[in-house]
Amino acid sequence: MTPRLELQNISKRYPSVQANDGISLQVMPGEVHAILGENGAGKSTLMKIIYGIVRADEGEIFCNGQPIGVHKPTLSRKLGIEMVHQHFALFESVTVAENIAISFGGKYDIVKLSQQVSEVSERYGLPVNPRSLVHHLSVGERQRVEIVRCLLQNPKVLILDEPTSVLTPQAVSRLFETLRLLAAEGCSILYISHKLYEVKELCDTATVLRDGRVTGTISPKKTSTAEIAQLMVGTDLPQTVKKASKISDEHALVIRNVTTSSEDQFGASLNDISLSVRRGEIVGIAGVSGNGQAELERLISGETTLNDAESIQLFEQPIAHLDAGKRRDLGLAFIPVERLGRGAVPSHRLNENAVLTAYRLNMVENGLLKMNRANRFTEKVIKKFGVKANGLESVASSLSGGNLQKYIVGREIEQNPKFLLVAQPTWGLDVGAAAFVRQTLVNLCNSGTAVLVISEELDELFEICDRLLVLYQGRLSQSFQCNETSLEEIGILMAGATAVGSDNTRTSVHASSD
Amino acid sequence: MRPLIERRTTPSIAITVAAPAAATVLTVVFSFLFFDALGHNPVSTLHAFFVMPLSSLNGISEWLLKASPLILIALGLAIGFRANIWNIGAEGQLILGAVAATSIGLFYPDKESVFLLPLMILAGMLGGMAWAAIPAFLKHKCNTNEILVTLMLTYVATLLLSYLVHGPWRDPFGFNYPQTALLPPAAMFDPLSGPYRVNNSVYITIFAVGVTWFFTKYSFLSYRISVGGAAPTAARYAGYRESTSIWLGLMAGGAMAGIAGMAEVAGPLGQLSPHISPGYGFTAIIVAFIGRLHAVGILLGGLFISLLYIGGDAVQISLGMSSSVTRIFQGALLFFLLAADFLIFYRIRFVKG
Repeated sequence: MTPRLELQNISKRYPSVQANDGISLQVMPGEVHAILGENGAGKSTLMKIIYGIVRADEGEIFCNGQPIGVHKPTLSRKLGIEMVHQHFALFESVTVAENIAISFGGKYDIVKLSQQVSEVSERYGLPVNPRSLVHHLSVGERQRVEIVRCLLQNPKVLILDEPTSVLTPQAVSRLFETLRLLAAEGCSILYISHKLYEVKELCDTATVLRDGRVTGTISPKKTSTAEIAQLMVGTDLPQTVKKASKISDEHALVIRNVTTSSEDQFGASLNDISLSVRRGEIVGIAGVSGNGQAELERLISGETTLNDAESIQLFEQPIAHLDAGKRRDLGLAFIPVERLGRGAVPSHRLNENAVLTAYRLNMVENGLLKMNRANRFTEKVIKKFGVKANGLESVASSLSGGNLQKYIVGREIEQNPKFLLVAQPTWGLDVGAAAFVRQTLVNLCNSGTAVLVISEELDELFEICDRLLVLYQGRLSQSFQCNETSLEEIGILMAGATAVGSDNTRTSVHASSD
Repeated sequence: MRPLIERRTTPSIAITVAAPAAATVLTVVFSFLFFDALGHNPVSTLHAFFVMPLSSLNGISEWLLKASPLILIALGLAIGFRANIWNIGAEGQLILGAVAATSIGLFYPDKESVFLLPLMILAGMLGGMAWAAIPAFLKHKCNTNEILVTLMLTYVATLLLSYLVHGPWRDPFGFNYPQTALLPPAAMFDPLSGPYRVNNSVYITIFAVGVTWFFTKYSFLSYRISVGGAAPTAARYAGYRESTSIWLGLMAGGAMAGIAGMAEVAGPLGQLSPHISPGYGFTAIIVAFIGRLHAVGILLGGLFISLLYIGGDAVQISLGMSSSVTRIFQGALLFFLLAADFLIFYRIRFVKG
């Protein structure tokens, strides 16, 4: 049988990194093929080359045995290659059907198209209402829109880039059912992920990448997790060591009954939020992004301030009226999701970016910068946190996302904060780096720091947290002790069901119809 | 082999130095073709453009006289531009500086006081700052666009100046010309030397170059506002106030432009008239960018642009070249210079296929 898609010796070089180095692979019709690798292994670049967004420096692509010459996304569509991107490109203010029509281009019949959307979504178990406005949709629903858009084109190859990173566990299993059905109909699926257990569950074959090279082509169901991890990371996978933490009675952060209205038309507002974090404790906020996570982060970091000073307290001092700088003076540190542009100035060098928040460590004297101190600090962070960079003078935008994240994590932690707020601590990090960051957070907590983690990755929260709360539509659930609740229970709350029962005992749960 | 354009991970220092040289070579090549096609001898034209103006002491005096305000204003504007504060109304701030300084020079009771000149410098600075405070206040309180407000205030300033010299401040012994009386000698800068027009105000510019260089390189304040300019979200994340950027950015430009205006009336002009500046406030924007918003770069950029203008005037007179031809040449030179800058941040690599 001719492979549906075949790559031969694909190479791509970026200024500071060889993203792909002689990659070859074959995908048969109806095969679910995983591209597995850590962040920075070259997965996304490879997919962009296949889809035609990025041109390879060397190598050839064959579709059904025919070489593809000059590659473009429009050509991909003609050949039946469709891609569901990691970050969706949908227009918020128009309907699902209109969004799909826009992406197809040309003339369209909106009534007929809506009908097709309904048909496809029914057939593949992807409930989507073509007449819904996109800004009303959850992230999971938006992803379904993207998938339905691809399916309407009768794809021969479907590429999914980290599709589960924003989904609840229930939504993940539903997605897998859809993908299996598609594969059974003969569609080839390229599934990009760094999550081993998903790949083991779903995929027939996996091509493992490390540092832009293929380190193995395996059958994931028959290969052990340790073996696959070895191929991905190059070494054995570290496990997070969590000692029984010594939680003190001292409250680090207390939020009392805060309600805000969103400035952003499509943002969420927070509704009667109360929360406390004690020293030596890691508290997790689970939930799918867009449910008030961004607003809660800004509220705690001080990027948003409130008039009622007492409503947020840091070590018993009222801080709700203080800006981010003054809160940092009191021992707060914050690792945001957006590294470039928020956590770091893209055009500034790494040592200059150290000054951004760490200037409190004697980097400023009489209003003048002491760059030699910033340099020493930067060198320490680069070394200790394994940041791959072209020296301390490389500009932030030249680092890969994962490396910049490591740098920002290091910069914030090396300031020895008394309270640390972290949003998606390992988002986009490779397995090894993620394990390192998680261990660092646990160690920090053991040394007496209070840590609040806002994350979509439930496994991660269960691994490091003492307590968990769920943020859904601007409301916080009751708090659960991690060892007294389950992945399923929290997953259902993330999807919008309400927990019944007010005590901190095990709760019975109504599943939502979603 | 096909060329690929790539962003450099770190800006190349070698190219930073080589870019102006490359631009010069391209300009020379261009001018040979251009002047030759128009029937002028390229060598003698370039000589008349760039060498002749500087081959006499008077020429050098005129060169520095024009460069000084350009550099001074550009230094102030660059501080704002680094913070993404787009003050393009330096011309108006210059006029207000000149007006404020003249009010001291004309109406201060003791016409021979040694304090007259320092007071005028102070007044010029405050006049420019006051004019720049309007857009700063409006942006801070009402989030108005400073590009529009500063530009429109320039027209207001021009009309205000026109009103003063046509009306209340008109010299009663000036044969009805729209101009004020001449400033007393104590209100004027002394010439730098001999009979030439360039005066002691160039020391203010030299001093400002040093201060600005130190401020942008070493001060935490400058660091904070440059973060606000390069990444506003990062500034908010770190807790730097936007209002600091707005006020400092506009005040720096206003103060320097005001002093430049003062130095014009207390130097070559000696009085106010409806047209006191040949567009220094606007040209300084180009100077700031040619100098890459860096103090030393602005010093060189100001000297360069000044020479370009003086040379343009010179060839119009000596070779009878039309002003459009000199402007095309000036435009081409600026184009090559800014295009060469591209290579500082990007490089071209050849790959197979």
